[in-house]
Amino acid sequence: MTDATSAATPPESFRGAVWAQFRKHKGAVFGLIVLGLLVIFSVIGPLVWNPEKLTVVEALKSKNLGPSLTHPMGTDQLGRDQMQRMMAAGKVSLAVGFVAMIIAIFLGTLIGVLAGYFKRLDGPLMRLTDMFLALPLIPLLLVMVMLFRDDLSRAMGPEMGAFVLIVFAIGVTSWMHAARIVRGEVLALKEREYVLASRSIGATPRRVILRHILPNVISPVMVAATLGVAEAIITESVLSFLGLGFPPDFPTWGRLLFEGLEYMQLYPERVIFPGLAISLTVLSVNYIGDGLRDALDPRIRGR
Amino acid sequence: MKLTTALMGAVAALAFAPAAFAERGADGNVNVLYWQAPSILNPYLSSGTKDVEASSLILDGLAGFDEKGVVFPRLADSIPTVENGGISADLTQITWKLKPGLLWSDGTPVTSADAKFTYEYCTHPEGGCAQAARYEGIASIETPDDLTIVITFTAPKPNPYTAFVGGTSPILQAAQFANCLGAAASTCTEQNFKPIGTGPFVVTDFKVNDVVTLAANPNYRDPAKPAFATMTLKGGGDAAAAARAVLETGEFDYAWNTQINPEQQAQMSAAGKGVLLNGFGTLVERIEMNQTNPSPDLPEGERSTTKHPHPFLTDIRVRKALSMAIDRQILVDIGYGAAGRPTCNLVPAPELFASPNTECLVQDMEGAKALLEEAGWVDADGDGIREKDGMPLKILYQTSTNPVRQDFQAVIKDWWTELGVDVELKNIDASVFFGGDAGSPDTFQKFYADVEMYANNFDGTDPEPYLAQYKCDKIPGPENQWQGENINRFCDPAYDALVDELSKTSDMAKRGEIAIRLNEMLTKDTYIVVPLVDRGRLSAASNTLGGVVLNTWTPSCGTRRTGSA
Repeated sequence: MTDATSAATPPESFRGAVWAQFRKHKGAVFGLIVLGLLVIFSVIGPLVWNPEKLTVVEALKSKNLGPSLTHPMGTDQLGRDQMQRMMAAGKVSLAVGFVAMIIAIFLGTLIGVLAGYFKRLDGPLMRLTDMFLALPLIPLLLVMVMLFRDDLSRAMGPEMGAFVLIVFAIGVTSWMHAARIVRGEVLALKEREYVLASRSIGATPRRVILRHILPNVISPVMVAATLGVAEAIITESVLSFLGLGFPPDFPTWGRLLFEGLEYMQLYPERVIFPGLAISLTVLSVNYIGDGLRDALDPRIRGR
Repeated sequence: MKLTTALMGAVAALAFAPAAFAERGADGNVNVLYWQAPSILNPYLSSGTKDVEASSLILDGLAGFDEKGVVFPRLADSIPTVENGGISADLTQITWKLKPGLLWSDGTPVTSADAKFTYEYCTHPEGGCAQAARYEGIASIETPDDLTIVITFTAPKPNPYTAFVGGTSPILQAAQFANCLGAAASTCTEQNFKPIGTGPFVVTDFKVNDVVTLAANPNYRDPAKPAFATMTLKGGGDAAAAARAVLETGEFDYAWNTQINPEQQAQMSAAGKGVLLNGFGTLVERIEMNQTNPSPDLPEGERSTTKHPHPFLTDIRVRKALSMAIDRQILVDIGYGAAGRPTCNLVPAPELFASPNTECLVQDMEGAKALLEEAGWVDADGDGIREKDGMPLKILYQTSTNPVRQDFQAVIKDWWTELGVDVELKNIDASVFFGGDAGSPDTFQKFYADVEMYANNFDGTDPEPYLAQYKCDKIPGPENQWQGENINRFCDPAYDALVDELSKTSDMAKRGEIAIRLNEMLTKDTYIVVPLVDRGRLSAASNTLGGVVLNTWTPSCGTRRTGSA
């Protein structure tokens, strides 16, 4: 009897199990679809949707149009097709959000694990975290932009230079919360029996961390990461607004939103579309994070 | 600082329309909205336009400027000139006569001693007077009798209408301010908040940074004015909200500096409760061409200095081609609507000093392309960018962060790209760009870019100090902490000589001629400065107001209500 039941459930691979659990989370699946659509819209969209480049005078004739078949999202105050700008902006905003988040999470996890696991490093690393938390973000970014913008834009061109600078600037100034969360988790985990058991049989710290600790801090890291994406997109908008971000002819969702603000009363679609794109991205990433956390947690997955 | 103030916009004011048939106080209350609220009512302690204009309701000078920039008498009997003997032949002395029988709002007589006191008040070494420039170059002020004021200058002064002329240098009552000299100036709260004046209104209540309530001055020199018995001057909000309060909701009768975009202008005017008025001053949005090399390859301290001339912007054909590719009317339509007009001049007004130059108004893309070909810039490798001797025609174009400026950048980039120029855009936060910090690479004075765009104007009606900014010795550089005003690093001995001549000429017609010549040397002769838009000062006035005259030269106030008198 018992043999028959266990034979009915085929042995699952780790990935398969995670995916099966993930699929059960409706919100996460929905988030994944929306995010996928947004990525397709931004990356593949420009290949499909490519209205011809008009001269200034021609473009101005069709300024401030509402959504129509020729311009699905309308045109802006200079007669530029809003959909084309949304696609270009999406590429930049999504890339900034994800790359900055990866940098921040990598730094945060590294510092959090080191501080939590090695008692000697705890003090210095946590004081470093406090120091970064105390740094005022905008003046720091101002200095970074001032010092490195010219060199980077010379080395990599104005757009790529700005991208590297912004991603790096956001990344190195937003890892602190992740580091604190991870450290707390690690402090609790390293006293657990299975960690003690692993250490007592002589496992190296490297193995203990990778095998027993990291998989268990994935959930808080995932939550921090998803919030990080949202924060990075918004920080980039602030930077662009202050003129510290990308060159002005390089649209991002945040910049489109700020540009549309002035026209909000007359042409609400000018702020609705970029605002919707930012909100949908943030929301779907959050749901994906939620689903991933459940899927990666062996206790929940087992049920 | 000066520039930032200028950019913040706009001195718009109302001037009294002749309303001889009206009676003082017949039109009840008038509500005026200044979205930047006044914080003090003594113009000697604040350079803010809002404060100067609010004070001008209460305080008066000897003379003022009308809407054409011409001097007219206020407290003075007439305007002294060389012809009527009021100004000495050697231009070192000016004699003003007060109108007889003038009274302060408290009923005491106005005398020449008040003027002398005002001079001492503002020039007190410990006073920190915001308008000290109005009293510069004065050797002494004599008062031979109660009505006569004799000002002696240290050197010949071709434009002597500075002290006691215009809203920035009114006459204070000696009796009221006697204890407020020097360091005590800013502690005299009662005096600074409720000055006794000769203007059309007196303060009844003043809430700092919020609201000023005023009542008609019972001793005002014209018995028929002001037409309003009381006035409320309210502060707060922003330009769009202020315009809406007058044009859409009708809560206010007049709103100052309502700089809104053309779409909003059209939408709000459509409500039919009021109209947008515009007064043109001297604020010109322009592109400045760097005559020195801003390349980051040069060592710090040599970038954008006269040591290294610009590789291609020193060629007038390139500068002219860049100017010819721009359609200024389109820029006006995009950014300013009724509040702007295309211009080719650095000095667009007053009429006497404005050049009739309109050559740049027509866009000529083909002509511009031909000019670049002639200068040797051709697109040899077919990438759409012109080259000469292997150097691509690449321009870094910077300006401050401002929605209208970014729209201008986008459109001008399109035109220049069509011309075969590779344009890189950059925008910098306004507080950094205009901040003047010698340590920042992003200030407009450092000019670490090939071209940059901003707006500037000049105080008063005389462009001499403004044009003198382009002299060789005003070039910013590391040796003067980047504080020069000659942003383009333009240097022409002939120009300097002409500026010197201007400073020695007193005949107005001749001054006009020289100023026009200087303006043309910078614009249509050389294209060192490429003016784009003459920006006006937009205000909103309710339809119930009549006789509103916008005056950008000097603050002065009042008007009457139609249909009620």
